[in-house]
Amino acid sequence: MTVMDPLVAMHRAEAAVSVELETPGMTLNIGPQHPSTHGVLRLVAQVDGERVTQVQPVIGYMHRGYEKLAEVRTYAQITTLVNRIDWVSGFANEIPYIRAVEKLAGIEPTPRAQFIRLILTELARISSHLVFMSSYPLELGAPTPLMHALRERERVLDLIESVTGGRFHPNFNRVGGVKPAAGGGSSTKKQTQDLPQGFLQGTRAAMGEVGAVCDDLEELVTGNELIQARTIGVGVIPADVALSYGMSGGNLRASGVDFDLRKHEDILPYADLDFDIPLGRNGDCYDRYVVRLQEIRQAARIVQQAIDGLPSGPLQAKVPRILKVPAGEIYVRAENPKGEMGYYVISQGGKVPYRVKIRSASFSNLSILPWVLEGALVPDLVAIMGSLDFVLGDVDR
Amino acid sequence: MNFWLELLLKLALILAVMLPGALVVIFGELKISAHMQSRIGPYFAGGRYGWAQPLADGLKFMQKEDLVPAAADSMVFRLAPYIVLMGTLATYVIIPFGPDLVVENLDLGLFYLLAVSSLTTLGVLMAGWSSGNKYSMIGGLRAAAQLIAYELPLVLAAVAVAVQAGTLSLNGIVASQAETVFTIGGFDVALPFVLKGQIIGFLIFVTAGLAELSRIPFDMPIAESELTMGYLTEYSGLRFTMFFLGEYAGMVAMAAIVSTLFLGGYYLPFVDADLLNVVGPLVLVAKVGLMCFLFIWIRWTFPRLREDQLQTLAWRWLIPAALVNIMLTGIAKVVL
Repeated sequence: MTVMDPLVAMHRAEAAVSVELETPGMTLNIGPQHPSTHGVLRLVAQVDGERVTQVQPVIGYMHRGYEKLAEVRTYAQITTLVNRIDWVSGFANEIPYIRAVEKLAGIEPTPRAQFIRLILTELARISSHLVFMSSYPLELGAPTPLMHALRERERVLDLIESVTGGRFHPNFNRVGGVKPAAGGGSSTKKQTQDLPQGFLQGTRAAMGEVGAVCDDLEELVTGNELIQARTIGVGVIPADVALSYGMSGGNLRASGVDFDLRKHEDILPYADLDFDIPLGRNGDCYDRYVVRLQEIRQAARIVQQAIDGLPSGPLQAKVPRILKVPAGEIYVRAENPKGEMGYYVISQGGKVPYRVKIRSASFSNLSILPWVLEGALVPDLVAIMGSLDFVLGDVDR
Repeated sequence: MNFWLELLLKLALILAVMLPGALVVIFGELKISAHMQSRIGPYFAGGRYGWAQPLADGLKFMQKEDLVPAAADSMVFRLAPYIVLMGTLATYVIIPFGPDLVVENLDLGLFYLLAVSSLTTLGVLMAGWSSGNKYSMIGGLRAAAQLIAYELPLVLAAVAVAVQAGTLSLNGIVASQAETVFTIGGFDVALPFVLKGQIIGFLIFVTAGLAELSRIPFDMPIAESELTMGYLTEYSGLRFTMFFLGEYAGMVAMAAIVSTLFLGGYYLPFVDADLLNVVGPLVLVAKVGLMCFLFIWIRWTFPRLREDQLQTLAWRWLIPAALVNIMLTGIAKVVL
């Protein structure tokens, strides 16, 4: 009888006891119906416990075929489509499109119309950022800032509505100018109603209120230790990574890249106005939040200045009754609240465009999700996703 | 009296205290949160101030279909809400509303309390596991992980109270807070434990208590924005109502426990024992209301922490602080 070597016996016994428990990852399907996916985004996440090992975004649930629809509509009809792309800032979507058509057709809009466009764009930016201010704390679990931010947003939407007649979908831009205010006559007649009475004073007062709600949010949210614990150092996106994924807007500026198309493009008269571009340093969720909060203040500042400098004059330049755009192509981009939004318009002459390619900010911003979510925890997944501030209509178009 | 009859009466009494208490706190939460968010809150149900809103909600839930998912472990799924409710109910047994107004004055009251209050976590884990839903399972597991974080600080904070009071009976703890500390101008002044050196213990106990209640900032097991509704995701109808009631009844129970351990319970100065049996419940209810308001206030102000942050908070801060608190209490007890 052979006696087993005690060392071997020990190893065998150990091997029998310490069998590695198989703990395979779990596939967690988040969305398309989920409280925090901003519509119908779907994420197929591989999770190991609470840690996300891999994320695959699935988009397209909100695809409405706007690029194709644009090919069978006249240039004026397309504005109805474009302000439904990013529905929380409808007015800002119209600007790059209408400027692209104007440049292609060689029509110069009137200065007053340009300033009204600028004011409304900034109001749309405020309302869009206030939606972020309301939804982001909610995703972190704090339900109260929602109501405070949405209340101010309603004030801003009322202003937009008083001028354009629509809260979300103003459809206010015309080639060569803007539509006369709600209740006014037709734009082709000589007598046109301008901005509604009391709009400028009302806007000025509302900008003060917006500043006050920013103060409130700074006390309630920015200075909240738990919000800071949840967001500082979470979802860090370095500047070079952000650039390589084609991010833009507040997400890019939070990473410290000084890039704002309001300073670089001349499609609206921003050059006459004095404002700062808030920048983040670390590119984490907290910076993305703070940058947007600062942008609200800057937008309010811009609106105040634009009201001061509002030139008088006609609302509409001379435009032929049937607009035919000469053959050519152009890409015009603008600083949408979500980032860079651009339209590549190809005309072969005639009343309808040959092709309209939409470059939307949210699509590029969302493309970083697989990179930034790798290794995150499930609660951070929601925090990071929310901080990127995308809208699914803007992603799928 | 017949033992069983007495037991039945006592159980009915507990239910008579618990259900209205939970409903009042639900209504309070609806109204207080509304005013914090510049809303009006419930307004129509029942006439003035919408006071019948919790009842109307309950009635609505009763009419809903009691769904059991096909993938669920049916028996465990059906059992879980009862376990949660039972764990909460069991704590009511030893809460003293007056010198004689207590269902069962156990000598090991505090020990019993800490034991049964953990039962709810078992129910939550059962609900999460049996739902056959990944979100529910993560929620249930989070609740179990949370237990590891809050249970120890909770117990250690209570230990310091037991050391100072020299008893585990809740009546004894209240009586010890009714003892005269000093006399000013002929008036005997008694102080509750929160003013007699248990301020750290009070803060630890409330923090850990919030975690036990799974309320914001520690509502990770529910985490609506992450896990849709955590372990509650698949529940509907009456079973959901039981979880819901259990949550608020648990809140009332926790408030009553905090009041008893740290705020002097039913005791009111200058009132003799006989009268205290009448006034005592009102005093306790006032303190419970105060604590519930604090819980609601916190919930609608703060966001949710992460599970790992709760563990850090508990193990790095609360537990060492609770141990130091016990040590200081012990030294004070020996020296003074």
